[in-house]
Amino acid sequence: MGDLFWIFISAMVVNNFTLFYFLGLCPFMGVSGRVYTALRMGAANIFVLTVASICAWFLNAFVLPYAPYLKLISFILVIASAVQITEMTIKKLSPALFRALGIYLPLITTNCAILFMAWTQANRGYNFFQGLAFAWGAGAGLTLALVLMASIRENLLFSKVPEIAKGNAIVFIIAGILSLAFMGFAGLLST
Amino acid sequence: MPRKATSGQVFTRGMWRENPVLIQMLGLCPALAVTNTVVNGLAMGLATFFVLFCSSLLVSTFRKLIPQEVRISTYILIIATFVTIADMTLEAMVPEIHKALGAFIALIVVNCMILGRQEAFASKNTVGRSLLDAVGTGIGFIIALLLMGAIREVLGYGTFVGIPIYGANYEPWIIFILPPGGFFTIGFILLALNWWERRKLERARPGEVPGRIAVERAA
Amino acid sequence: MSGAGAGNGEKRVLPQAPEGAPPAPEPKEVPAWRLLLTLGAAGALAGLLIVFVYQVTQPRIQAYKAMMLRLAVSEVLRAPARWDTLYVYEGALTATPPEGVVAEDTVFLGYREDGIRVGFAITGAEPGFQDFIELIFGYDAETSTVIGMKVLSSKETPGLGDKIEKDSAFVAEFEGPEVPLQGVKAARATGAANEVDMITGATISSRTVIGIINHQLERLGPMLEAYLEEAS
Repeated sequence: MGDLFWIFISAMVVNNFTLFYFLGLCPFMGVSGRVYTALRMGAANIFVLTVASICAWFLNAFVLPYAPYLKLISFILVIASAVQITEMTIKKLSPALFRALGIYLPLITTNCAILFMAWTQANRGYNFFQGLAFAWGAGAGLTLALVLMASIRENLLFSKVPEIAKGNAIVFIIAGILSLAFMGFAGLLST
Repeated sequence: MPRKATSGQVFTRGMWRENPVLIQMLGLCPALAVTNTVVNGLAMGLATFFVLFCSSLLVSTFRKLIPQEVRISTYILIIATFVTIADMTLEAMVPEIHKALGAFIALIVVNCMILGRQEAFASKNTVGRSLLDAVGTGIGFIIALLLMGAIREVLGYGTFVGIPIYGANYEPWIIFILPPGGFFTIGFILLALNWWERRKLERARPGEVPGRIAVERAA
Repeated sequence: MSGAGAGNGEKRVLPQAPEGAPPAPEPKEVPAWRLLLTLGAAGALAGLLIVFVYQVTQPRIQAYKAMMLRLAVSEVLRAPARWDTLYVYEGALTATPPEGVVAEDTVFLGYREDGIRVGFAITGAEPGFQDFIELIFGYDAETSTVIGMKVLSSKETPGLGDKIEKDSAFVAEFEGPEVPLQGVKAARATGAANEVDMITGATISSRTVIGIINHQLERLGPMLEAYLEEAS
């Protein structure tokens, strides 16, 4: 139990995917303009991460011991297909949910955070539940970073940003400061 | 703009004017994650270059045989193959660097720069032009990684390619080799680029740009 | 930013579209067998290439891993002449790996030239300041002392936490202390045989290293002794 909790917290804040591993920067830069969009993006991320984690666990337990060299190809293909299938299923079963997550799902499939999560999960030899804890921690961390960034950017609209810092420069510098702040979480769970 | 870019333009534009990382903001993840030293940046740059070059070669060679419907899957399959090859080769030849880059070698697969070049260029152009484009873009990527790596290593370790460049009393600016340093470095590079760009505009059309700023400020 | 990227992309693609314009022979209807054939051919080619490179590179990769393990074991056991690999399985050590089951742990038992046992090399990993610290240490079960310690991988803060592997004074602390180890701040050291001086400014990382050794010995200690008794 404690182990699962550590995996979750570690992936969420101590080693936050966006602020420490620079993963999922495209949505981080692209859709972090509004808190509402950021939340939905985060939810879609958690969803895809869960699917990917289950796929990665399955591949790692039953397929890869026989063909270790197919790791990368099988991960990327299986995760992409699984997400596509789930997307179609959701569209059929719950149009409301599809509308909420829909446009983000295809974007996320090629997001590096998903592949990194699956890859790391396999490398560390996580079992099914550890994998899920890792995926949810990662998803919660991505959402946290997105929402924090979005709320700062919403307020940025009302402040005077120097002319040369407009656009991406200021976003990167804010991300740097957030990352610096997140360093404070280090040491949180060591005994 | 001419209807068709000359071969020279195809080759050079990716290097600086349309630099994949610094201008187009593609492939940010490796550009920030593994550039804490020049050597790591260079290794990542070369691995990406290799994958881009080989994928462009295959995709442009078979561009007429690959049906539209399955092109993205085929591209990903091709890219993933070369990334696996690069991963295993690095592990066999330079295990230390392979360990330092870790999972980020595998992540070359999802580097949007590579898939983007296949989709936007290699699938529509001859082999020769696609290779020129791949080499240009690849060199642009390496330039960006080397720039990041040089700044971060010089400030964060006080060394350049492992050689100390300050006296013994230099207290390294450790934050630059930690993750926040990656964000700060690219932020400051973008600031410098913006400043340079604006100065160029102002020189070209004196008086006009300040006026536009005034309007923007008022609005 | 995505706006800028997309803008550039369009500018670049549009002028070229007519020139390279794929003949687009049958944009409406491509027979399913052609799609399958394309994917199948690409997959077959990919598989062949990967298996070929795997065959070529694997010996070198394995050799490097074996070399790193040899270096680590020699370092923490002070260069033994040879060693046995033992597997932890159902609460006991066994020299033969259990068939088809993944062993919980592996330990290495080193011998001197004249066949006298030097001690066990044991690996362990626990969360440190930033992420997992993985290390290997040598342990002499007869005198209950640690022989040596080497950090295998860690992501501790450069300049502070990473001293657990780079500070030779700290690493030297693990040559000969009795277990269970007790971490102390340098100023409060009393000179007891089980004391290890912690690094100033990296207390958590130091404590984790000490914790890994203590926890692994708590768990494996009885098995090591049982194995030695049985062997002698």
